[in-house]
Amino acid sequence: MSNNVHDPMVPQIYEVTKRIRETHDSFSLYLESKSNSVISNFGPGQFNMIYAFGVGEVPISISGQVEKFGHLIHTIRNVGTVTSALNALKKGHKLGLRGPFGSSWPIEKCKKQDVVLIAGGIGLAPLRPAIYALLKERDQFGEIAVLYGARHPTDLLFTKEFENWRGKYGVQVKVTVDTADREWKGNVGVVTTLVPRVSFDPNNTIAMICGPEIMMKFSVLSLKQSGMSEENIFITMERNMKCAIGFCGHCQFGPAFVCKDGPVFSYNNIKPFFETRDF
Amino acid sequence: MKSLQSIIENHPFFKGLEPRFLELVTGCASNVRFEAGQPIFRQGDEANQFYLIRQGKVALEVCPPNCEPIVVQTTSDGEILGWAWIVPPYHYHCDAIATELTRAIQFDGQCLRKKCQEDHSLGYTMLSRLLPVIGQTMEATQLQLTDVYGNRS
Repeated sequence: MSNNVHDPMVPQIYEVTKRIRETHDSFSLYLESKSNSVISNFGPGQFNMIYAFGVGEVPISISGQVEKFGHLIHTIRNVGTVTSALNALKKGHKLGLRGPFGSSWPIEKCKKQDVVLIAGGIGLAPLRPAIYALLKERDQFGEIAVLYGARHPTDLLFTKEFENWRGKYGVQVKVTVDTADREWKGNVGVVTTLVPRVSFDPNNTIAMICGPEIMMKFSVLSLKQSGMSEENIFITMERNMKCAIGFCGHCQFGPAFVCKDGPVFSYNNIKPFFETRDF
Repeated sequence: MKSLQSIIENHPFFKGLEPRFLELVTGCASNVRFEAGQPIFRQGDEANQFYLIRQGKVALEVCPPNCEPIVVQTTSDGEILGWAWIVPPYHYHCDAIATELTRAIQFDGQCLRKKCQEDHSLGYTMLSRLLPVIGQTMEATQLQLTDVYGNRS
């Protein structure tokens, strides 16, 4: 939420205070507001529209917690014209930012329950604020499992944080990659193979999934095989978002707008459209 | 110390196995351990063994010509290793190497095959437990082939 009433279509100016190279093709931008109207709070899973001046705007999920008033972290994969322009930004450079938009991960619903978070590739970035929120009130939740899959060991994000999550907070963190060479001593295989390897009570668990749609589809199947019911599974959708406030219709998904009604959905609510080919 | 039969009975692959089948399969089993880096079998070898992993991790590798080996799957605690012992022509399809100290129950594939031939109920039971594992491996391979993480923003 913005502090002041602000036109949601007008970007606010943010300055890059730090840039971290996360992997060979992804990076994090630490941003600080340079205007009076700042984002002081957001829900885990929400996104901002980030504008590279003169190039274009892209929806990017918030990937870190707000540590200081008016500060934000976004983790971005360099895959197109706008993200390439954002990748070129250095400390002190400015960008435009609108948001936060969309729905959040159901953290309140997770209280007194086990929580399974499944991430694929860059999908760990939108889930990280949810992980931080869970860890902040660790004693409110049962088992927490983070299952993370990527294409290759060099594609893994935030690996330095895993030991802290495991050691300090007792989180079951399991990581796997699709292929690797012999230097990699971890798991190899798709992320769904990790589901039977963690302990949780399927009758008392909330699952959150973020990744490519095909990965989410197989993850849902795997969770259902473990005994979980669909209403306790949440996924985040990605579509071509433009206005981010449900006006333009670019991100329409069945009866919903991903930007306004999502990007986090209860699987139960979007199942008919999620399972429809070419939708 | 746990008996071999009790270890087999409590392994997820054989959970709930009828006592008479349990006795039959235990007759083909022995305890084994592999050090980190130790090869377990090679692609093309006769598939005369089948393993229940008790503890540890095994990498399954394929070796494309003139390339370094690529790890395509790992298998660990509570899972199985090798299904080619029951499918003619009984040859392994990839290399298996322990990536850490691995303790397992090894079954003599020929012994198991003979018992499955003699008692088709045991054969059906073995196949009905193996097929879901093979099916899951196939599904996982399909997902790996789609390279889902490749082009997503």
